Amino acid sequence: MSIEKEFRPKIVAFCCNWCSYAGADLAGSSRLAYPADVKIIRVPCSCRVNPMFILRAFQKGADGVIMCGCHPGDCHYSTGNYYARRRMTLLFSMLDYIGVENGRTRVEWVSAAEGVKFSTTMNEFVEKIHSLGENVRLEDLRCKN
Amino acid sequence: MQELVNRAKELLADGTVVRVLGWKAGDLPYNPEPAYFTSAEELDNFVYNGFCGANLSKYMIEASKLEGKTMVCLKPCDTYSFNQLIKEHRVDRDKAYIVGVGCKGKLNVDKLKEMGIKGIQSISGAEMSDACDTLTIQTLYGEKTCAYADAMLERCHVCKGKEHMIYDEIIGESKDTKDAERFAEVEKIEAMSPEEKFAFFQKELSKCIRCNACRNVCPACSCRKCVFDSTKFDTAQKANVDSFEEKMFHIIRAFHVAGRCTDCGECSRVCPQGIPLHLFNRKFIKDINEFYGEFQAGADSEARGPLTNFTFEDCEPSIVTERR
Repeated sequence: MSIEKEFRPKIVAFCCNWCSYAGADLAGSSRLAYPADVKIIRVPCSCRVNPMFILRAFQKGADGVIMCGCHPGDCHYSTGNYYARRRMTLLFSMLDYIGVENGRTRVEWVSAAEGVKFSTTMNEFVEKIHSLGENVRLEDLRCKN
Repeated sequence: MQELVNRAKELLADGTVVRVLGWKAGDLPYNPEPAYFTSAEELDNFVYNGFCGANLSKYMIEASKLEGKTMVCLKPCDTYSFNQLIKEHRVDRDKAYIVGVGCKGKLNVDKLKEMGIKGIQSISGAEMSDACDTLTIQTLYGEKTCAYADAMLERCHVCKGKEHMIYDEIIGESKDTKDAERFAEVEKIEAMSPEEKFAFFQKELSKCIRCNACRNVCPACSCRKCVFDSTKFDTAQKANVDSFEEKMFHIIRAFHVAGRCTDCGECSRVCPQGIPLHLFNRKFIKDINEFYGEFQAGADSEARGPLTNFTFEDCEPSIVTERR
């Protein structure tokens, strides 16, 4: 017998150490709410996010993946996010091409001073994933409980 | 072809090269295989015809480590791959004597089989010296003919051109074979709804047996250590395969060669399951052209690849959603 459960999306957010992670911190210390469904993974730079990480997150059961980094021009390592921007554009386009709903992936530039932006972005994104429902097109049955 | 063999013999005799990299006849009339030749006698087995589709540029990675020069036969599209390998410091230009061979389009025996031509004993009309308009096939059930273009590989219908990008000399004539739009198939898929796209790729990719042939033949896949050989990733477990695995493998493989893929079409040619793998690579090429300006990998051996470069004004990833 199964009990009907409310859909709680699992969302992975890759946040760069220097801007977005600090932005999330600021959102927290400013007591701005964002859903607990968002699981933050801290990376040294948005450029550290290998396309494999995104697919890996989906494989392990994520319903949406968002990548946050410093605004273009403000990268702690000068140019990291420019490379990340090209990579993610191509990867997202490919995911769209094979039929994965393109609302499931997103890139947002959040600076350390933008706690409000972090919170609103996450709220928006969670809502979007709620409307898209569970990720079934990139799931790996071996990783299901 | 005789001209090619004679020249190879000359180069071997005068010591310019110590080995020749070309093709020799296989056990069937339509499966010549890449081969090394080191003497004039061995060269008697040399063949070059419409079925010699293999891109020999990847073999030059290993040949570059050998003593002495290698004469390598490269078709126009193979020279793009060779340029790309020079750029990545994987081959040594000084170790190669490149003979640009002419190309009148390469054949796919599966196309003949699809036409119902079975029991093939011999095929004529596919030699370099022929006009390459019609093929005459001797089969167990009598003689059959078909138009050369109908039996061509997909990649030859969207040929990049018959100009060799890099060579020491050119032997043999070429014939233009382009008769289709390169991105037409990609555009057709792009126009589908997400459900249709997903169903299409699910159907194609579920055929994948993870034999790694596409990776092993790809001139751009030249890493000494490959991510797909790592046991830490769930992409090397053929026994308990899940549909995710094929998607992961093909997306990541296409991504790893994005901006470096010359669109030589070898992946689709060697796939034993007939998966149109070029559709992945060509999608990346199309996107790169649209977003970051026209780029042809291997057109030269210096230009920076689109994924190792950037501009301040690049489009944001949200363009994927906006352009729909």
